[in-house]
Amino acid sequence: MESPQLSSLYQQLILEHYRNPRNKAELDEKTVEIHMANPVCGDEIRLQLRIEGDHIAEAKFVGSGCSISQAAVSMMTTRLQGANLVEADALAKRFTEMMHGDETAAKDKTLGDLRALEGVSKFPVRIKCALLGFDALQEALKKEVGEVGGVGGDLN
Amino acid sequence: MYDPVRVRRDFPALDQNVNGKPLVYLDNAATSQKPRAVLDVLDAYYKRDNANVHRGIHQLSQRATVAYEAARSKVAGWIHAPDESEVIWTRGTTEAINLVAIAWGLDNLSEGDEILISVLEHHSNIIPWQILAARTKATLRYLEIDDEGRLVLDDLESVLTDRTKMVAISDVSNSLGTINPVKEITRAAHAVGAIVLVDGAQGAVHTRVDVQDLGCDFYAFSGHKLCGPTGIGVLWGRKELLETMSPFQGGGEMIHIVDRDESSWASVPHKFEAGTPNIAGAIGMGAAVDYLSNLGVEHIEAHEKEIMAYAMGRLLEVPDIRIYGPSSLEERSAVISFTLGDAHPHDISTILDMDGVAVRAGHHCAQLVMKHFGVSATARASFYLYTTKEDVDRLVDGLGQVTTIFG
Ligand SMILES: Cc1ncc(COP(=O)(O)O)c(C=O)c1O
Repeated sequence: MESPQLSSLYQQLILEHYRNPRNKAELDEKTVEIHMANPVCGDEIRLQLRIEGDHIAEAKFVGSGCSISQAAVSMMTTRLQGANLVEADALAKRFTEMMHGDETAAKDKTLGDLRALEGVSKFPVRIKCALLGFDALQEALKKEVGEVGGVGGDLN
Repeated sequence: MYDPVRVRRDFPALDQNVNGKPLVYLDNAATSQKPRAVLDVLDAYYKRDNANVHRGIHQLSQRATVAYEAARSKVAGWIHAPDESEVIWTRGTTEAINLVAIAWGLDNLSEGDEILISVLEHHSNIIPWQILAARTKATLRYLEIDDEGRLVLDDLESVLTDRTKMVAISDVSNSLGTINPVKEITRAAHAVGAIVLVDGAQGAVHTRVDVQDLGCDFYAFSGHKLCGPTGIGVLWGRKELLETMSPFQGGGEMIHIVDRDESSWASVPHKFEAGTPNIAGAIGMGAAVDYLSNLGVEHIEAHEKEIMAYAMGRLLEVPDIRIYGPSSLEERSAVISFTLGDAHPHDISTILDMDGVAVRAGHHCAQLVMKHFGVSATARASFYLYTTKEDVDRLVDGLGQVTTIFG
């Protein structure tokens, strides 16, 4: 009886990440932490990264919120372990494009599992939920690259 | 016989499909839908009588002024205000509370004085007092709630002291529906000489309020939650108090004589109504209380009780549901806040919305209540005069879908 839109929103992969979030723990040796919240709905995360030189050595998060926000962050962190800063930034931008309805982004294989979240783009009020983690990532990169003097290259 | 299906037909917005399903509107605690009786009055006002009030000799201005003041009188009747000049038009409950915090608070509070509110309050009955406390160095204190979301009043006598200058409390909680014993609290507050403001945003909508019987000093409520337009509301205050207060905003309409350095103020209520008011809104709010009165508030109340009993029964059957607030229906208004298994309230709301069922998900502007229960959000279904048992059934069916997806 479920509508096709709902099935595309709540894909098994998303529900699975919601129930068993990856990398959800405090990161002891973090070099940067970003607190992001969506005041309208109370979704909240703290994204913690250990950045070494030009890459993310480790990424973890803590937080609470709806299935979309928490699954998106969880999936994102799986992609960040060891990721180059420029690639991480490109991933965030590509994902944001997909959320804003860009169809070529939605077909972009570099997004991998994150494409499961494409259905969210059909629910305008939920797009912010999906972007919470990537918004935090972009904040973190800006902050960190600013501090280390652009080691990761020009992220803008 | 009160027939909610017939009442429902008075509300054009209820007659539509949402995501392919007939709309079930269960977000009434946020705002109510508007009956044709109100929409027609708004339309007629703008088409025929539109002019500024209290400013013109011409025919249209006279008509607008008469309708505007007649609305004041109707709304005064709705809360049994002894004198209609005690009814001040505001933008809503929020502005009414801010008006008191500023026009009364700044002159009457100083360091060491205390303001007493409760954990149950809507942010609009918390933040104005926080700001006032910071500006006057007064102390903000809270009444706590128990695990059913009821005010803990055992130690009321010790919380209230001769330093307590203001007690601001809601008569009905928007997040849990708890009905608070404001009459009792008012009596205790007056015993220590405190002023009492009642946030009636949820109280004045289901029933006629009697401010004289409550005994409070201020009563604030909004038009949009009782079938009226948005952007209009009321602060009722005792006349002696209003007369001693400073103005809230300065501008046209609120002055008596203006000189270069000093001016004198118009009498109450105009002293607090600077600028061109929401004339259509006021007239619409008057039409709304007429509409409710014509249906009969006792019938509306009885209907809501019946719907609540039905809804509570049906919702309690839903596996893994957790319902917040008083377990006794006598102690709650037509609001049910809940969570369901490990489905987040936003997900619940999205799934219900796809089924045409509108509920609110979030903290309901009551983050202190959410913290008390250790949740970040709840889903909330709130009922009104047009809610039917079929609406409740649709809600329960929708929750079945949530369980299918998240169970
Ligand atoms: C208990 C309570 N107080 C105050 C308010 C604020 O009312 P308004 O937004 O109409 O000013 C509300 C509305 O949500 C409410 O439910």
